[in-house]
Amino acid sequence: MPSTRVVVTGLGTTSPVGGDVASTWQAMLSGTSGVRRLTDEWVDQLPVKIGGRVAVEPSEVLERVKARRLDRSSQFAMVAAAQAWADAGLEGSGLEPERLAVAVASGIGGVTTLLANYDTLLEKGARRVSPLAVPMLMPNAPAANVSLAYGARAAVHAPTSACASGNEAIAMAIDLIRLGRADVVLAGGTEAAIHPLPMAAFANMMALSKTGSEEGGDPTTVSRPWDTGRDGFVLGEGGAVLVLESEEHARARGATIYAEVRGAGISNDAHDIAQPDPEGRGGTRAIKMALREGDVDPATVVHVNAHATSTPKGDIAEGLMLHAVLGEHVDRCVVTSTKSMTGHLLGGAGALEAVATVMALHDRVSPPTINLDDKDPAVDLDIPTSRRDLPNGDIVALNNSFGFGGANVAVAFGSV
Amino acid sequence: MASTEEIRADLAEIVNEVAGVDADDVQLDKSFVDDLDVDSLSMVEVVVAAEEKFGVTIPDDEVKNLKTVGDAVAYIERAQG
Repeated sequence: MPSTRVVVTGLGTTSPVGGDVASTWQAMLSGTSGVRRLTDEWVDQLPVKIGGRVAVEPSEVLERVKARRLDRSSQFAMVAAAQAWADAGLEGSGLEPERLAVAVASGIGGVTTLLANYDTLLEKGARRVSPLAVPMLMPNAPAANVSLAYGARAAVHAPTSACASGNEAIAMAIDLIRLGRADVVLAGGTEAAIHPLPMAAFANMMALSKTGSEEGGDPTTVSRPWDTGRDGFVLGEGGAVLVLESEEHARARGATIYAEVRGAGISNDAHDIAQPDPEGRGGTRAIKMALREGDVDPATVVHVNAHATSTPKGDIAEGLMLHAVLGEHVDRCVVTSTKSMTGHLLGGAGALEAVATVMALHDRVSPPTINLDDKDPAVDLDIPTSRRDLPNGDIVALNNSFGFGGANVAVAFGSV
Repeated sequence: MASTEEIRADLAEIVNEVAGVDADDVQLDKSFVDDLDVDSLSMVEVVVAAEEKFGVTIPDDEVKNLKTVGDAVAYIERAQG
């Protein structure tokens, strides 16, 4: 069993429901949706016209000249990392650069930069393609930019496993600390894929809901995990970064500890490139692995921030996983999908939901799942539709993420 | 035909947009690298924007000779001439 204890000492996010952790968390607790009708001109040609844009544009926070050298996904990562860094009290803490690592993921990478430069190539010729295009669009750009900003000279990773990427980055950060490769890791995920091409592609594979895009439709009701009316996810954008740290290092510098990271589990379905295993066997193994790694008694698992994206099959499979792992204890477990409010941030999802999971433990309250008007009878879980207090004592919360390609990542956090 | 000062002022606007340098600091005697902190990738962006703005071509081989703002303005004047 791993001996080094890992803790969370800082949080940051820019999300569809808030420009920082405090506003995002308050919006989640009050059940506020960040999904809107998109105002971009190009939505006219698409069957899906809704999405979860960030509540605060990064241009309002970042210096203009720095921002123009960053893909939007890197902009989100930089905004979230700055908050997490400050929140953890790392500024001026004397942290050795060689002991600071970064694991910041994205699912798709700098897709808007890539496609904007392709438009330029076609319209104006090769000479006009930006010399910054490659360092902006590369999938490790968000991680690399965060490392540059804070002088992180230990490992800098950008794991990709589609919609599980953000959670995989957190799992990787635990390993970096437990293997002794770093004392502190800036870990998270980011995504900026609200662009006509990925939206058309997701819509054509029938992954995105086409509901609520009609004139007069209500975009805020479309992301409805576990509801019988669910018919696909809503695309969101944003990023989140957590400061993970060895407990020893955190205690030595007197840092405030939000929660402990107990363990992580990673597995793959090897079932289908896009569909989940309908029985959720791979996800079950990942969750079991996370609990085993953290030496967690299933009876103490009282909260799950589910992956639940509002797709017909995936939401059911996740319910089966929780029953398989928790058994009778599943009845005392409060399950939520904050995607009902934020939409699905793809590679940013696991990180944003990790922030929500940590805040739920810290404040001992679960956010609601909104739009759950008629629960699917195939799902036997306790899913509150308004905020619900969590019990006192030593409690554990799970954060699940699953991605195209079959990836399953579960992370178990514990109260402190 | 634009005057030297008009070209300098337009170029200063480009350098401000690309690199965030105060346009008033973009004077003929200033070195892009040493005085204005314009790195090599930003310099490529400045050159490409200048080509579009002034309707000239500045070959890659020529860019290394444009050390100061004055060098660039003189090149553009000649190329336009």
